[in-house]
Amino acid sequence: MSVPLALLGLLEREPSHGYDLKHDYDTYFGRGKPLPFGQVYSTLARLARDGKVTAGQSEPGDGPDRKRYAITPIGRSEVESWLAEPVAAEPYLQTVLFTKVVLALMLGRDAAGYLDAQRAAHLRRMRELTEIRREGALIDVLLADHALFRLEADLRWIDVTQARLGALAETVRGR
Amino acid sequence: MIVNALLRAEKVSRSYGNTAALVEADLSVTASEVVAIMGPSGSGKSTLLHLLAGIFTPDSGEVWFDGRRLDTLDDSRRSELRRTAFGFVFQFGQLVPELTVADNVALPLLLGRTRRKDAYARAVSWLERLELADLGGRRTGELSGGQTQRVAIARALVTRPRVVFADEPTGALDSLTGEHVMDLLVGLAREEGTTVIVVTHDVRVAACADREIIVRDGRVTDPYAGGVVR
Repeated sequence: MSVPLALLGLLEREPSHGYDLKHDYDTYFGRGKPLPFGQVYSTLARLARDGKVTAGQSEPGDGPDRKRYAITPIGRSEVESWLAEPVAAEPYLQTVLFTKVVLALMLGRDAAGYLDAQRAAHLRRMRELTEIRREGALIDVLLADHALFRLEADLRWIDVTQARLGALAETVRGR
Repeated sequence: MIVNALLRAEKVSRSYGNTAALVEADLSVTASEVVAIMGPSGSGKSTLLHLLAGIFTPDSGEVWFDGRRLDTLDDSRRSELRRTAFGFVFQFGQLVPELTVADNVALPLLLGRTRRKDAYARAVSWLERLELADLGGRRTGELSGGQTQRVAIARALVTRPRVVFADEPTGALDSLTGEHVMDLLVGLAREEGTTVIVVTHDVRVAACADREIIVRDGRVTDPYAGGVVR
């Protein structure tokens, strides 16, 4: 998650105080990992320095910063580009799963056992996410869905790899 | 092995001709547990389900239900047990298309000699719980896939069975409908304290269960073996 771009995007709706931005960020994007206030204000300061937001005059009140921030045309253009650009697909086969399976086969260890354990761990996490889906608000449901689909992809890979362990073992041991 | 298992298979084997479908499979399931049986196509998972449900008998090994040996019962007693203590949900073809939805749900009760009025009252109550109250008079052939499976769940649960066996219950449904069907099946089973054993290749379905076991090449792998159930 790009915090500066997310804050910029939130500012495109309407000018806001740092406190309100943090609140909205935590509500929509930071679930389980709230954004520290310090990071909010340092990010806003950098965005202001780069001409992507403007900071209004300090307003009277409690708290460290009572400035109202507004997005500039440069900031708006950056948000527009960012939203239109697809995120690079992650190279899953380079992950630790693949490394462990190949190393296990190379070393004559129990790769099938590892995959079974990994499947169980994935399914445990899927159960937690399924519970969130059952009880949660729509935003939580959609975030859980995203995590579930990624776990499903891993599990499909685990199943396919398990079915091909013999051939994979011959390949990695043959080198 | 889990102490106080409601349903237990011990070194159960079954072959079809020269093909071993299941080899010395062990499995213990406690009361009210929801267990997913997973594995590749042809791995033996449906065979395991049929053996646990007393539909098949093993070539060797033992199947126990509620402290009684299931595999040595004669056909009529196993059949009676299936009617009174077990419920079934399959992927296809379990409803009678000529009968109405309410008839289909009441049928297991009528076969068990429940009075007609009581059987239909219970059928209607279960149809309400499965959000099918308006469809009682419809023929099952007129229903969508999701509605058909919900009727099948109502029919499986109407006798208040100890165990529901489900074989790919969402296999013919789109993912959202399948999810809804599983939520209803597992949710109602938990309310009733019913044990559920579900065969599936769908990890989303397995994620609704308390735990999963894997069947591969006729052999059972239990990632939770060693007494740790959850």
